[in-house]
Amino acid sequence: MSYLSIKNVKIKGMSACVPERVEENRDYTLMSKEEIEKYIQTTGVERRHCAIHDGSICTSDLVQKAAEKLLIDLNWNKSDIDLIVFVSQTADYRLPATSCVLQDKLGLSTSCMAFDISFGCSGYLYGLGVVGSLLQSGSLKKALLMVGNTQSEFASYEDRSMYLLLGDAGTVTAMEYSPEDNDQMDFHYMTDGSGRTSVCVPDGGSRNPVNANSFIMEDHGDGIKRNRLHEKMDGLEVFPFAMANVPKSVALLKEKYPFDHEKIDYFLIHQANKYMCEKLRKKINAPIEKVPYNIHEFGNTSAATIPLLMVTNLGKELQEKKLDFVMTTIGVGFSIGSARVNMGKIVCSELMYL
Amino acid sequence: MVLKDFVQVFAGQFDDTPVEEFTPSTIFMELEEWGSLVALSIISMIDEEFEKRVTGADLRSVKTIEELYNLIQTK
Repeated sequence: MSYLSIKNVKIKGMSACVPERVEENRDYTLMSKEEIEKYIQTTGVERRHCAIHDGSICTSDLVQKAAEKLLIDLNWNKSDIDLIVFVSQTADYRLPATSCVLQDKLGLSTSCMAFDISFGCSGYLYGLGVVGSLLQSGSLKKALLMVGNTQSEFASYEDRSMYLLLGDAGTVTAMEYSPEDNDQMDFHYMTDGSGRTSVCVPDGGSRNPVNANSFIMEDHGDGIKRNRLHEKMDGLEVFPFAMANVPKSVALLKEKYPFDHEKIDYFLIHQANKYMCEKLRKKINAPIEKVPYNIHEFGNTSAATIPLLMVTNLGKELQEKKLDFVMTTIGVGFSIGSARVNMGKIVCSELMYL
Repeated sequence: MVLKDFVQVFAGQFDDTPVEEFTPSTIFMELEEWGSLVALSIISMIDEEFEKRVTGADLRSVKTIEELYNLIQTK
């Protein structure tokens, strides 16, 4: 059983940046107006902020802008940052690590520790757990957890199951070793790699190197055409896995680290799609008024959904007081993470655009 | 839940297809309204009514509503 409880660490600030460019789902040309409305009603996604994927805006650019602003708002010196961790599946290069790129571009000290975690939708809670673990001994004092994706890059225009769903975002969470005034952070994690082909970009890695066939558009039925460099998502496999395991993960978290369900201020559910979120919300007995959404404006931004939701919907409250959260994420892998986090009185920068 | 009721609940997941069109021997994937959204509703309904986990592969492994009903009983 993978549980983790972080001591002596405080979340000090959060920020987020999305591409200025907006794609309206109602402008999609491959479905009828009625089909689009039904799609929006089901998934909740009306529009998404998406970069043009020509290299002009990468995930690292979004998190860089978010980080620059947060460091100013926090009044942190760049030279004081001991650790940066970049959690994403849209790295600048296959190598080197994007965190190294960011250390240089942000002008952080060369004595800073920097590494990437390659992860999708569950990535925020893995990032929080890893950075929290590294900080809690007190050897490293200040860290930036940078979580984002520009994964709309992987969506085929002719695959409505993906194209109308994915948005881009970069987020930053500033964390500090703080033995006196700290946050409660308890986690439960689980993994089932037998589902690895259910959400997958098949070609372009070492297992299936890019070749001429990678670019051939294949018809997968149900109005779906994509090539092997596009992201495939088999919703009918993801959905039952999530329905069975997300409530289990939240229950295991609660069993290990008991909390009063009634006293939780917000249940933050990874913004996968509204239909699944609502089913999961009911299964974990979360009242509707305690489950915020921003999926209509931003779509599914993978690992960034929860920190983005905190910035867009809860920023003001997070600046004023401590809040009790249950967070739960399910994603590509399959991978699940759930957390109970008590945090607040933080600096939360306004949402930025690039 | 008996098969007759299952057919009714199954039909309830469709918005446009008339209830009369559904029988135990209906080949559901050939219905015009069949698609991934209806499939999600079916999976969700089975989760709620039977507390059983049915996957996309399970749905594809059967043809008729009765075969799906029988598959659920084996889970």
